Amino acid sequence: MFTKILIANRGEIACRVIRTARSMGIRTVAVFSEADRDALHVTLADEAVGIGPAASAESYLVIEKIIQACRDTGAQAVHPGYGFLSENAEFARQLAESGIAFIGPNVHAITSMGDKITSKRLAQEAGVNTIPGHPDIIENADEAVAIAEQIGYPVMLKASAGGGGKGMRIARNDDECRDGFLRATNEARSSFGDGRVFLEKFIEEPRHIEIQVLADKQGNVVYLGERECSLQRRHQKVIEEAPSPFLDDATRVAMGEQAVALARAVDYESAGTVEFIVDAERNFYFLEMNTRLQVEHPVTEFVTGLDLVELMIRVAAGDALPVTQADVRREGWAIEARVYAEDPFRGFLPSVGRLVRYLPPPASAAVRVDTGVYEGGEVSMHYDPMIAKLITYGATRGQAIMHMREALNEFYIRGVSHNISFLAALIEHPRFRDGRMSTHMIAEEYPDGFHPADMIHDDPALLVVVAASIHRQYMQRAAGISGQLPGYERKVSDRWVVVMGSERQAVSLQPAEGGHDVTFQDALFQVRSDWQFGQPLFRGTVNGQDVCIQVERRNMHYRLFHWGAQVDIMVLTARAAELLACMPEKAPLDTSQFLLSPMPGMLTQLSVDKGHEVRAGQDLAVIEAMKMENVLRSERDGTVEEVLAAVGDTLMVDQPILKFA
Amino acid sequence: MQDIVRQLEEKRAAAELGGGPRRTEAQHKKGKLTARERIELLLDPDSFEEWDMFVEHRCTDFGMDQQSIPGDGVVTGYGTVNGRVVFVFSQDFTVFGGSLSEAHAEKICKVMDHAIKVGAPVIGINDSGGARIQEGVASLGGYADVFQRNVLASGVVPQISLIMGPCAGGAVYSPAMTDFIFMVKDSSYMFVTGPDVVKTVTHEEVTQEELGGAVTHSTVSGVADRAFENDVEALAMLRRLINYLPANNRVAPPHRPTPDSADRIEPSLDTLVPDSATKPYDMKELILKIVDDTDFFELQPEHAKNIVVGFARMQGFPVGIVANQPLVLAGCLDIKSSIKAARFVRFCDAFGIPILTLVDVPGFLPGTAQEYGGIIKHGAKLLYAYAEATVPKITLITRKAYGGAYDVMASKHLRGDVNIAWPSAEIAVMGPKGAVEIIFRKELGNPQRIEELTEEYRVKFANPFIAGKRGFIDDVIMPRESRKRICRSLAMLRAKKLENPWRKHGNIPL
Repeated sequence: MFTKILIANRGEIACRVIRTARSMGIRTVAVFSEADRDALHVTLADEAVGIGPAASAESYLVIEKIIQACRDTGAQAVHPGYGFLSENAEFARQLAESGIAFIGPNVHAITSMGDKITSKRLAQEAGVNTIPGHPDIIENADEAVAIAEQIGYPVMLKASAGGGGKGMRIARNDDECRDGFLRATNEARSSFGDGRVFLEKFIEEPRHIEIQVLADKQGNVVYLGERECSLQRRHQKVIEEAPSPFLDDATRVAMGEQAVALARAVDYESAGTVEFIVDAERNFYFLEMNTRLQVEHPVTEFVTGLDLVELMIRVAAGDALPVTQADVRREGWAIEARVYAEDPFRGFLPSVGRLVRYLPPPASAAVRVDTGVYEGGEVSMHYDPMIAKLITYGATRGQAIMHMREALNEFYIRGVSHNISFLAALIEHPRFRDGRMSTHMIAEEYPDGFHPADMIHDDPALLVVVAASIHRQYMQRAAGISGQLPGYERKVSDRWVVVMGSERQAVSLQPAEGGHDVTFQDALFQVRSDWQFGQPLFRGTVNGQDVCIQVERRNMHYRLFHWGAQVDIMVLTARAAELLACMPEKAPLDTSQFLLSPMPGMLTQLSVDKGHEVRAGQDLAVIEAMKMENVLRSERDGTVEEVLAAVGDTLMVDQPILKFA
Repeated sequence: MQDIVRQLEEKRAAAELGGGPRRTEAQHKKGKLTARERIELLLDPDSFEEWDMFVEHRCTDFGMDQQSIPGDGVVTGYGTVNGRVVFVFSQDFTVFGGSLSEAHAEKICKVMDHAIKVGAPVIGINDSGGARIQEGVASLGGYADVFQRNVLASGVVPQISLIMGPCAGGAVYSPAMTDFIFMVKDSSYMFVTGPDVVKTVTHEEVTQEELGGAVTHSTVSGVADRAFENDVEALAMLRRLINYLPANNRVAPPHRPTPDSADRIEPSLDTLVPDSATKPYDMKELILKIVDDTDFFELQPEHAKNIVVGFARMQGFPVGIVANQPLVLAGCLDIKSSIKAARFVRFCDAFGIPILTLVDVPGFLPGTAQEYGGIIKHGAKLLYAYAEATVPKITLITRKAYGGAYDVMASKHLRGDVNIAWPSAEIAVMGPKGAVEIIFRKELGNPQRIEELTEEYRVKFANPFIAGKRGFIDDVIMPRESRKRICRSLAMLRAKKLENPWRKHGNIPL
């Protein structure tokens, strides 16, 4: 066994590999770019080697630097993680030449699976289902119909030069196929100047389901079940789970066996993943094989009880797999949610910056957090904006979902935008609950993007009674001030009115051991918590049920975040609530009139001035944030009425830059 | 006797009615509460003791003798805010437009005199059309009587103004002399001359809101300390401000127990200051992570944002915080920020509130606008204020403390009691690059040499140790232990006694 390995990666995956290596008694070497000097993986590793500038092309992707770091530290093997050099055959080859073990598959497997055409051919040869189609150009409509009949409807006609949905037609019968061929050809000709069209089977309600395989140098290959990764946003996986709620055992076995056959065909060793697309009838077709550890591997680890990284290291060291196919068990359900630094309410704009507060949910038998950051750390513009992977486990899918909902409540991030509420929305979505996903689900369910209104809390009373209890504590604290008029000290009332939106409702509280007994809407809520002022998480129980609600005290209201929904609640005296109702409802600023800064940064360029006519799409301003130039373009035609910021100004999020007439 | 009781009830009813239901409704329509409603929300429930409900004006001209409403357009008295006494006057726009008559002014003066006598804050709620024209010079005299008391009360008891309606002409000078001004967006405005006069004289077209609304005064002019969405919010927040203020200049600021541990360690502060000296960071993160319960009451948050001022508590005791904000203008001192901070420092000093200064200042902002605007005099205000202050002064240097600005920001030389620095502190006459370009002027033609020398200078001088050697800083601390160290220093300084030489008053460069 190795005594020292180097991890040629960063972020959560580097930390995750270090954890396993350490548990195996193997010393670890981290590598880091200049941007990662203070990163978590550097702190966790036994040794760390600087490998150059922030840009990954000059650091994490430079083979020579990694090999040199191995030589300098005496590392005997390299774990590449995912991304970066993990599927780089040249890297594997040079490591082999230098006598350093690559904790991954052999060069041949990487090369053959890395090429789309070769991999598809090898898959076909190994008896793996591939998407039926006609790879060559179709001459005329009759030929199209003939091929379609052979493959079976529905089929898709695709422009050879296509993209962006142009020149694409779906046909469900001969007539549609004939018509579609002509239209697709015409469209392709007019859009791309190239009328060539080909045809393949159209997969309805496609699901992305992949099989984890594991192989050793002795020729043993096993499959560790599947992962369903159908919830994707623009081909980026968001939520994954194991097993798939869709597969039956027969399909599962068939997919597993085909995956193993493919692995054998390329003399695979180490961990790998065979990705399939699965249609509504559970027909499955090969997509590609990833010759590395996948981001979503923890869900497989949860249900199989295996440590994939450990097995990869053992296999690389020459050990035979300790498990046979018969030993592979599948127990319970695991779900992974990817926490990204992005703003779901602004078209998922990536966010970078300092993690002012970072409180991941505590790990337990049901909750695992794979993370590469810490409070006070930085989400860098140079790398993937994933902050953490949150994985939950339960005996059933329902339990795993429940744990995920609770864990998302506890995940507290400030300083960068994050997608926690979007993840909560997906987890609670009826389609996800019922397992009716497809790779189109996010696009179908949120066609205009994700909005706060998409998240409505279904149990507002819970939030009300917690807000009331918190308010009561603040009032009690205020009443503890010194210098009060003797005999006329402040007494805190038990009766309050909660104001939520335009609703006003009475609430009363009685102090009780460890909290308050709150009466709201004729029901009694026992709110108990050891929450302290200023703590961002209110952990406690309501009527004996565990709750964790994120809370921020703003001027008059408490902003609560729970189950993905954000709710503002005021707790006032009856009189204040009554008088507040006299206050005018102020219409929120019509922001469409303004060009707002989408991020904090410096205004470095302003291309227009007062009175200028602008057209939609025209460049208006440039904001520099984290050394990145962000061009702001006009969303409409109009006239600049007022310039509200000057070049050189430091702007906050949503600060107006221009006002349009 | 029965007759008198009946009369009493009638008068009370009339006074409480103010300008009547129609005017009250009109007031609500404008998004404003009535004078009495405001007092109700400001004070603890049932704590208001009203005085002078029976006062009526004495004017007989212009038919004024035909109309009289008990109370004469202002409600006065005292009550408690969290059990602590405050005096209050609240102008009633529903009665003669809240205009100030001689009697109205006398009512205000009465509560102010009492406040000074017993040592309790005065809260003025302003909602007045201005002078009672019918009374002529008597009304003007009334204003001046109030002004005089504002000045006598200044530094003796806290005075806070809420502007909740019009406040124009001479009337603005009473709030202007109080310690803090809160305004309400869209329903309050303050100006010396209104839009009509402005238009006649300068031909400028400007709305009331633009000329003197809450947003204008809380961002551009800095006249207002905070702007709020509505009356209810402004009053609730005023109650919060009062929690930080002592009743008068002879008693200690109020203590309030906190569960927050004085020993709390904040590891994330170790990475607050970025590696690059030019990269900004948010000083408010430091403030929120070291104060009790993450509660910080910021003043003038939208004005002169390159300096942050406000109140917080540490171990339950109020502290005034002044902090350079690297996010804005790199934290440079300029005219507006110097004035903003100087006035805050003087308030804290007058009322015995310790001052915590968080320093990251590259210097004074250069430029003709600043020099022509008199940065010399305005910057001197801050210097003067710090030098004069005898309250406990704790200074924490997080990064840059360059040049004259270093001296100004509560340095050891200005009787700073405890001056500490983070390892990232650079206490120097200026930044390495600037210094090298002056010291090695002859080498300017050789950029490579300049770079080497800059690096040399950086290593040698851009650290806290040169200042440490001379005792200009008392210790270098790890950022994570800032709260612990500051809490302990404040506790040690609680009994501090320091007096300036006797004088009638100093001559601060106004």
